[in-house]
Amino acid sequence: MNDSPRNDAPRDEVLLEVRNLTVEYVQPAPEPGVVACRDLTFDLHRGEILGVAGESGCGKSSLITALTRLQRMPAVTTDGEIWLHRDGGPPVDLVRLSERALRRLRWSEIAIVMQSAMDALNPVMRLGAQFADALREHHRGMNKKAAWARAAELVAMVGISPDRLRAYPHELSGGMRQRASIALALACEPALVVMDEPTTAVDVVMQRQILSQVLHMRARLGFAVVFVTHDLSLLLELADRIAIMYAGRVVEMGAARDLYSDPQHPYTRGLRDSFPPLFAPRQELHGIPGSPPSLTNPPPGCAFHPRCARRFEPCDDRTPLLMPRGGGHVACHLHSTAGNDAGPVPKEMSL
Amino acid sequence: MTARKTPVPTPVLEAVGVTRHFDVSGVLGRTQVVRAVENADLTLHRGEIVALVGESGSGKTTLARLLALFHPVTDGEIRLEGTVVRPGTKAAKAYHSSVQMIFQDPFGSLNSMRRVRHNIERALRLHGHAAASKAERRQQVLELLERVNLTPAEHFIDKLPHELSGGQRQRVVIARALAVRPSVLLGDEPISMLDVSIRLDMLNLLARLRDEDGLSLLYITHDIAGARYLADRVCVMYAGQLVESGPTEEVIQHPKHPYTRLLLESSPDPERLMNPELGSAFDRTVSPGEPPSLVSPPPGCRFHPRCPSARDECRRAFPGRTEFPSGQWTHCWLHGSGGNRLTAPSNTGDHQADQRR
Repeated sequence: MNDSPRNDAPRDEVLLEVRNLTVEYVQPAPEPGVVACRDLTFDLHRGEILGVAGESGCGKSSLITALTRLQRMPAVTTDGEIWLHRDGGPPVDLVRLSERALRRLRWSEIAIVMQSAMDALNPVMRLGAQFADALREHHRGMNKKAAWARAAELVAMVGISPDRLRAYPHELSGGMRQRASIALALACEPALVVMDEPTTAVDVVMQRQILSQVLHMRARLGFAVVFVTHDLSLLLELADRIAIMYAGRVVEMGAARDLYSDPQHPYTRGLRDSFPPLFAPRQELHGIPGSPPSLTNPPPGCAFHPRCARRFEPCDDRTPLLMPRGGGHVACHLHSTAGNDAGPVPKEMSL
Repeated sequence: MTARKTPVPTPVLEAVGVTRHFDVSGVLGRTQVVRAVENADLTLHRGEIVALVGESGSGKTTLARLLALFHPVTDGEIRLEGTVVRPGTKAAKAYHSSVQMIFQDPFGSLNSMRRVRHNIERALRLHGHAAASKAERRQQVLELLERVNLTPAEHFIDKLPHELSGGQRQRVVIARALAVRPSVLLGDEPISMLDVSIRLDMLNLLARLRDEDGLSLLYITHDIAGARYLADRVCVMYAGQLVESGPTEEVIQHPKHPYTRLLLESSPDPERLMNPELGSAFDRTVSPGEPPSLVSPPPGCRFHPRCPSARDECRRAFPGRTEFPSGQWTHCWLHGSGGNRLTAPSNTGDHQADQRR
């Protein structure tokens, strides 16, 4: 996928190269491991927002913990590489990096925003002290006063008054806590911020406000975002590019606008049509029949075939590969000429 | 199109001026009062779906629980077919045969130790609808499972809840509610815990129960797009007060209350990608603030601290109801002093609706 065309990347410089990433949940022998992410390959550019959408159990959270090396047993990255390109340094493979070397990259290069800010903030430390803690860990020699001053700047960016720095997390509202944890993630100006459903715990008005601030800060600081959610309608508005995951694989990836106007994979289409429109004319819609598969016993061939209206002969036993199509990529036999080992498809439908 | 033509105007279930305050112990043992619902009026007609939309903590679940008689009201009345009902009375038992609740979490609302058959039969038995013979009861359960599209029903009747997916479990919950033969369902976020791809079919099922069986549904949700898809009418709740109501399309296309407008502007809509006229909703520079505490809510209209059009009177008193020819009503000083005027200055609202687009 390295040489594939990308007409929509906001910056050209690659920040993260994920190659054949496979994450398994190991089980006691002789049971085989449960594969949560299989053979994921994609690039992330500097300053880009990549959305990852999928339903529960599609592997999107496993992807996040693998990217940030926050996974715990029984989750294990069993294959693949994650190359992080740093300013003024050779790229490093996050999968094989030592804990010690990784620790230096955390917060200064890679930061994470969790779904629940209450779990991400220390309940017995004042907000400002948590900022100072992170800042002084990564900027040796920064004194306490300077760290608190920087913390005040950071929270001001997300619309929190600096006098709230003396508050404990429980004294803040849910929305304020979530904004504070975003500001905290940005404390050391990372190049990559991974966000795991950062707004599912807040309501739509606050969600809109938080995401406006994220976009505003991205314009200022230039970080890239991997944004994971099940809410495709939100992602379509927010992300530059979107990867759709199903049963541990990326089934389609492309520019948000293309995915919305002309989805190539039947699952993407079904998922898009699962969100009723807000203003467009009302019409009867149908979700996708059946339920998402269990990862312990995924269907053979294309994992989506039992739910797919356009299933045909090769879908049952051959797994389609992610192939370039138009400006994006899709893994579907409908778009490959000879099933599994098809070459690139002619671009008669390019977007 | 799931929304139906105008329903017959006989209210099945009504909340009239319903208020609910909760006492909670605050700091230093002092009792504080949470004003969860204030003076709410809600009407459900036969064969009608009404969506109750609002942010978390707006009191929408409390209102549903008041309608389900889980809590007594602090003030006001709940009426079924015009008769006032209070919890704990004899009439309340009959009431539960008519009004059934569907909860958000299908994992917690079924007896996990018992098979689907037992879960549904129990509702039949408790409400006196169970047939005498075992074979007939089995047939009753099978019919209920078919009504909620769990087919082939034989395949599901002897399953334990953990053997079912979330969507299938929620269908069993609905089948159990239907076993009681209710005229009203109260659905508290019934689809928000289900996978995205199966939510729509659950909404289509609820719409079918309305169309084919004349069931009434109060659909509680924070998702205004889903409310629009399903509901005939929408009620918008903010900080314990109902601020706007009306036919769904009128409320969505011509919102009268500034809070409804804020909610619509904030909701995701990928159409904005394709239609630049709608503008990006991510360029908001002013912070719209947060909902107030219900222990010490702001005086007057509770939305005024966040309202871009707030004026002096908004801080002084909660506005009366202004009704519009479109069938909408709102509580907002922008639309006059209220007081049930039918000759409403509707141009104000439309003007602002135009600005929104």
